[in-house]
This record gives sequence, structure tokens and C-alpha cells, in this order.
Amino acid sequence: MSGPTTAGGTGRAGAAGPGGRAEPLLRVAGLSVGAPGGPRIVDGVSFEVPEATTVGLIGESGSGKTMTARAIIGLLPGGVEAGGTLRWRGEDLLGAGPGRRRAVRGREIAMIFQDPLAALNPTQRIGRQVGEILRRDGLPRREVRRRVVELLGLAGVPEPEERMRRYPHEFSGGLRQRAMIALALAGSPALLLADEPTTALDVTVQARILRLLRSVQRERGLAMLLVSHDLRVVAHTAHQVVVMYAGRVAERGAARQLLARPAHPYTAALVRSVPAVRTRSALATPLPGSPANPAERPAGCAFHPRCPLARERCRTRVPEVREVAPGRFSACHFAAEVFGS
Amino acid sequence: MTTAVREERPGGTGGALLDVRGLRVTFGGRGRRRRGGFVAVDGVDLTVGPEETLGLVGESGSGKTTVARCVAGLIRPDAGGVHFEGRPLGPAGRRGAAQRAVQMVFQDPRSSLNPRLTVASVIGEAWRTHPAAAPEGDREVALRGLLADVGLGPEVADRRAAELSGGQCQRVSIARALAVRPRLLVCDEAVSALDVSVQAQILGLLAGLRRSHRLAMLFITHDLGVVRQIADRVAVMRRGAVVEEGPTDEVLDAPRHEYTRALLDAALDLNGPGPEGEAA
Repeated sequence: MSGPTTAGGTGRAGAAGPGGRAEPLLRVAGLSVGAPGGPRIVDGVSFEVPEATTVGLIGESGSGKTMTARAIIGLLPGGVEAGGTLRWRGEDLLGAGPGRRRAVRGREIAMIFQDPLAALNPTQRIGRQVGEILRRDGLPRREVRRRVVELLGLAGVPEPEERMRRYPHEFSGGLRQRAMIALALAGSPALLLADEPTTALDVTVQARILRLLRSVQRERGLAMLLVSHDLRVVAHTAHQVVVMYAGRVAERGAARQLLARPAHPYTAALVRSVPAVRTRSALATPLPGSPANPAERPAGCAFHPRCPLARERCRTRVPEVREVAPGRFSACHFAAEVFGS
Repeated sequence: MTTAVREERPGGTGGALLDVRGLRVTFGGRGRRRRGGFVAVDGVDLTVGPEETLGLVGESGSGKTTVARCVAGLIRPDAGGVHFEGRPLGPAGRRGAAQRAVQMVFQDPRSSLNPRLTVASVIGEAWRTHPAAAPEGDREVALRGLLADVGLGPEVADRRAAELSGGQCQRVSIARALAVRPRLLVCDEAVSALDVSVQAQILGLLAGLRRSHRLAMLFITHDLGVVRQIADRVAVMRRGAVVEEGPTDEVLDAPRHEYTRALLDAALDLNGPGPEGEAA
């Protein structure tokens, strides 16, 4: 029996631990998501998002990365429930009532999506949608208009006075993403959840949107949770990284160090799989198989059927998330071995 | 075994397997001249030698997929044409023996396979369409061999596409193409929709098949990293035209056209600068 993997060594002392660490902006501890009685799509996920920091949430299909983000903002699909702990500035979000969750959404935590067309209302002008939260605050019309123009300008929409009168379908993919960023920033959130914000965009547009997100993050002291399957996007944008596999955390830590020296064989394999653009490199030896599906999660370490290091223990025991170096956590039985090599 | 020798012929196409000349495609528009239509491809010349892989890169709207579809015979160009081994290639369905020599692998393996057909019937269908390429001996044995070539076990034969993972589906698409013994594989974003770890598998598989099956490839992608790994030469397209072409490493190490430079500047590497702008 190994029991569910909970926070492990997340430094639970939290609020005012002996190290004097302040409570982070968001603390996710032992988060689970699933239908009652069904498989856990997200299973015991723990990590923190400190103030003014970008955390990259990396995973392949079925990793649970999007469900984790949706649980944080409180937009889970019907029939699916979240368990565990979500602490927002110390406040328990999962225990909060729907009114409080609605109040947090948009104003304290905002989210942008891969497909802005699905998130924007096709029948409303862009300016109206960006200004909605401001109007609800009771700002006078002229002030709303001024702020909408300012927000669109900040998000890099050219000629904002003219463009605010347009509809989403009149915008290109890159402009729509900018409009959605403006909309997300309208409520002055402290945390922005960005789910694959550049996946559908061309590389040159992607580069501009990432530059925008980085500058907005820095200038506004925004915290960001960047959900992506693309390690390059995360390496470019995130200070810290959480790697998910089959609904669980495989590894997390400071971005640069984690990608340069993984402490989990899955991270190591992902890093090797990314084709380099600027250097000539041989084809990597790929991992066998496909990403595990949380509904049919293998016993023990979910990664063991694909792992080059798998041993007996990996087939039977779920590894705990342990700290292998200061700020570095790995859910591999042989993390020290991987990290040391 | 004789190896294909590239001789220089007048016209400069050498011993090209595939020769695309002056290709022009317009969508919409009126009349035979398609006035007012959108020119998707405007005067593209490309060649692919025997057993060579040409990477075709560009952003959306560059015309790269339209070129691929012309080569596969799915779109008829308004001007110019596609020659294969020196003979003109007509539209799909009227290509005779050349029809099976050019096979296509698409981006989304799920939508390019009938979800209700078993893998065995997908391959069997390819053999029925091209009897000349059908195995003479035991089809079961041939099928198992084909599946092994793409890294699938024999048990997959009785499974339906709907029961397979994305990576397995893409392997089946590749097996279906290989079943008719093509000379040229046209891969249109064939690894773009796959998970990173699976993408590496399929790239490795294609690189191996190139050698074992002596395939030429026209590899369409938006990812310069993928091009770097798989292509001998690369052609960069922008707004319907090829702006730069050359050996992959030369083009990516020292791009000449400003657009290629812009693409390279925008491309991310794992060890590139992080959020604070510091390099690894």
C-alpha cells in the first residue's frame, strides 16, 4: 500500500514556517480532479505559484495540465469535482461558496485559452467584451472606453479606437489572442492562467505574443501559470516548471536548472525529444509507447512502462514527490540516480 | 542493386525524381484566368532527388500545403506542373502507374483513417486500389511485415483506428502509404499533432524508413527544429513563393533571406534565453 501521493515535501509549514517563508499567492496541495467514483484525472498534485512569477505547467495529452488550471479557476466540466487544497493568498478556494469563486474569477484569477474564438462572444464587439468587467464595476461610460482603449493598446492591438468596434471574426488569430489578453487584464488579476496561448499561432506571431506576456508579467508584477505541451515555450517564458504525467507531478523546480539537469527520467526524455533549431543534432532515442491515460493509469509509477530505468519497485509502488535538491522535487524512486548522472 | 545516379541533363533538373515547375494555384476568382481569385502559389519551382528529403517550411498561408496537394494530385494547378521521373503527373485518379509512386501522410492521423475499419482492412484497401503493389505470396505475412516496418505488433491488425493512440494511427497511415511501395512520401505536418515524445518516435521511424525503403520525401512543416532533423535540403515559402532554398544546415546556420532570418529569430530553442532574457 502506498496511498495517494500527497504534498510530499512541499514545505507544508507554509504560512509562517521556521524559514520565515510567506504564504505563496497560490498553493495547490494534493489536488485531485475526477468524477465521483471515477478515475482521478488529476491525482494528488502539489505546487506553488509565488507572486510575480511565471510557472510553466508542462505535459503531454492526458497529463491533467488543463484540468489542473480549470480546477484553479473553478471552471471544471460538468460531473467532475476537485478535491484537496487550493489556497489563494491563504484563503481556501475549494471550500469557498460559488459567489466567492465568481468574485475571484476574472478579478483575481483570469484565464486565457488556446482558441480565443471559442472564448470570445462572436455577437459582441471586442470593446464591449473587454469593457464588461469595468462596466460591472459601475465605471462611467467614458472611463470604460478610455480603459478599453488603454488595455487593447497594452495588449498590442494596433489602432485600438477603431478595432474596439470590430467583432472577433474580423480579427486574425494573433489579434484575437491579444484581445483576449486585454480582456483577461481588464479585471487587474494577480494571477493569469494561460492554457496553450500560442499553440494555434504561427511562430512569428507566437514570438510576439510570448514577448507581450513576458512584458505584461514583469511590468504588472503578475503571476502566471503557463500551461503548455511545448517545452520550448515554457523554457522561454517560465521561472519555474511543473512537469505532469498521467495526472501526477513528475518533477518540479526552477525552470533553467530543471531543463538543464532533470531529476526524473520522463523530463530527461522530453528534453531529449525536442528538436534543436540552432544546433545540428542527431535524432534522439525516443521513449517507447504513448503517454499514459489517467483512466488506465499503470500501477506503481505511472511512467514505468515507458521508463528506461524501471525496476521492480516502480511497478508496484507509487513514488512520493521528494525534495532532491533545494527547491527541486521529483516523483521518481531513483531521482537521486537520475539527478546525479 | 544499382544506385540512382544523378546526371546533369539540359534543363538543370539533374536526375530529379520530382520536378515541380512554375506551379501556380489560384482559389476562387472568375473565368479561366480566375480573375480576382486568391493566388495561393505563384510560380514555385522545386525538385526532389531520389532518396532525398526536401523540407518545405513556411507559416500559415505560405502555400506549402497547396504545393503538397498539387504533388499528390489533389489540386489541379492553373499553370505549371509536376513531373515525376521526367513524366507529367496528372490529377489523382488519372496518374496510372505513377499514382502509387507518390503517397501522402497527413497531419491528423485520426481523421485520415476510417475509424471503423480494422488496420488489416485499411492496408487491404490500399492493395485493392493498387493491385500491382499487392503482395504475391501470403498477405498475412506481408501485412505482419509491413506493421513491423512501422513498429507495430501483429495484434494491431485486427484493431480499429478508433481504438489506437495518435502515434499508432500515424504509424498505420505510414504503413498504408508504404503498402503500395511508393518512391516519394509527401508528409504534410505529419508529426505536428503528436505529443512531443511520440513525435520523436515518428521522426525516427521516418528517418529509418527513408534508408530501408529508399524513399524520397517532401516534408511539409512549420517547425524548423523538425526540418533540421529530417531534411537534406530546405525550401522556405512565403506568400506563395519560395524565398530561399538550400542544404538544411547551410540555410539554418546562415540564412540569406530576411524572411528566413525572421523565422529563425522567432523559433525557440530549449537552451535559448529565459524569461529574464538570460541565455543558458
